[in-house]
Amino acid sequence: MWVRSTMTYRFSFAMTLLSNFAATAFDFVVILLMFSQVRSLGGFSFAEVAFLYGATGTAFGLADLALGQVQRLGRRVRDGTLDTLLVRPVPVLAQVAADRFAPRRLGRVVQGLAVLVWSLVLLDVAWTPLKVALVPVMVVSGWLIYSAVMVAGGAFQMWAQDGSEVANAFTYGGNTLLQYPPVIFAQDLVRGVVYVVPLAFVNWVPALYVLGREAPAGLPDWAAFASPLVAGLFVAMAGLVWRVGIRSYRSTGS
Amino acid sequence: MRLYAAVAAGGFRRYATYRMATAAGVFTNTVFGFILAYTYMALWDERPGLGGYDMAEALAFVWVGQALLATCGLMGGGFEDELMERIKTGDIAVDLYRPADLQLWWLSVSLGRSGFQLLGRGVVPMAVGALAFDLALPEHPLTWLAFLVSVALGVVVSFAVWFLVALSAFWLMDGAGAVQVAWLSGTFFSGMLLPLTVFPGALGEVARLLPWASLLQVPADVFLEKRTGWDLMEAYAFQAGWAVVLLLAGRAVQAAATRRVVVQGG
Repeated sequence: MWVRSTMTYRFSFAMTLLSNFAATAFDFVVILLMFSQVRSLGGFSFAEVAFLYGATGTAFGLADLALGQVQRLGRRVRDGTLDTLLVRPVPVLAQVAADRFAPRRLGRVVQGLAVLVWSLVLLDVAWTPLKVALVPVMVVSGWLIYSAVMVAGGAFQMWAQDGSEVANAFTYGGNTLLQYPPVIFAQDLVRGVVYVVPLAFVNWVPALYVLGREAPAGLPDWAAFASPLVAGLFVAMAGLVWRVGIRSYRSTGS
Repeated sequence: MRLYAAVAAGGFRRYATYRMATAAGVFTNTVFGFILAYTYMALWDERPGLGGYDMAEALAFVWVGQALLATCGLMGGGFEDELMERIKTGDIAVDLYRPADLQLWWLSVSLGRSGFQLLGRGVVPMAVGALAFDLALPEHPLTWLAFLVSVALGVVVSFAVWFLVALSAFWLMDGAGAVQVAWLSGTFFSGMLLPLTVFPGALGEVARLLPWASLLQVPADVFLEKRTGWDLMEAYAFQAGWAVVLLLAGRAVQAAATRRVVVQGG
């Protein structure tokens, strides 16, 4: 239904799809502008940064396409419309995700994927079957990790109705962080996203292995293959948080 | 006049009510400030003096940007959703019958909001940034005042842009596309992602002439004491010029829109 309703305003849809593509593209234009001034960033070449960018961008775009609406849950809690979803015999999460489903978000996926493919062409890597297989595994794991973070962020808003921006710090903020090589950040920050909130498994850990570089924050080499495991843990935890959130939800009563 | 002052005060109070949202915003601004600051450090390590800024100035630019993000409405003026919703539902017809001017009303709301955002979301990230990094801060105390004037002008330009965007709903009905275009331009051409002085060649020249430069690039340069004396007056004239042009355009569009207003719904 939401797909059909979006198509009603064709001009607007075309504009949003295009601008969604451009929105993420501008992100990448900044990296291009940076590399128009320098040859490398923290010792990483343009192709290597593009690889990091494409991997996190695609994963984030896929999660955003499926679950982007969950971050607007705070509004539903505030105006009480979450109650309507609770009485329907369909999982609340599925309803929230489908509500106002926006196909224009495809723009983000397409853009991320385009940069990823481009970087694969440019990269100078000694490919092994293992490295080749790791690329799709990385994207899918990243997708799951971002999805889990979005669900947890949505659940958080059942307590803090106005807190959607905190979730943004982890989703959009994480996406921006992972676009750049870990060496340029303070090592405490890197340890934080490896051991505390393991966002690093979206792309940093597997991507550095593919690029033949040292793993961040003193991780062993085999950690590059741990992304699916981390994603599984993330998803399980997000499911738990979501359930606790739903159970402790109190209607605004208006 | 008293009416609009009351509306502005209402705008201030309204945003002050959402304490959780403000805290969340401060948190996000701070996180982004850190991420940007490190990327800038990597960039300025490689190319010291890039764009005419030294490292401390580039870092100050990052945190001024985070402080002004909400104040100058780089990613949204905070009122356009509501105004567009009123146009879409037809409630706008009621507003037009009120004994208050539509543009001045929303400008007052917007000024009140920006005033709160500067205090609520601007001061803390700036302070955190100054503690965590070695920032270039103004040497003359008067620079702070000059900076505030520039920010105020930026706020008016931002309002004028978002007002035009909101009015596009009269024609497009669904203004989501226009909002996104404005949001994009706001982040990219204000200098939020990268200072406009770093943009190469013609792109940089054009970007520095567009209205969005008033929202961050100009106030930041005033803050960094890149624009003093006559240069400061020129900076103000640039911002005020855009404010007048865009406000007048808003007037014209408002007049055209009210002539063709089609009330939807009941």
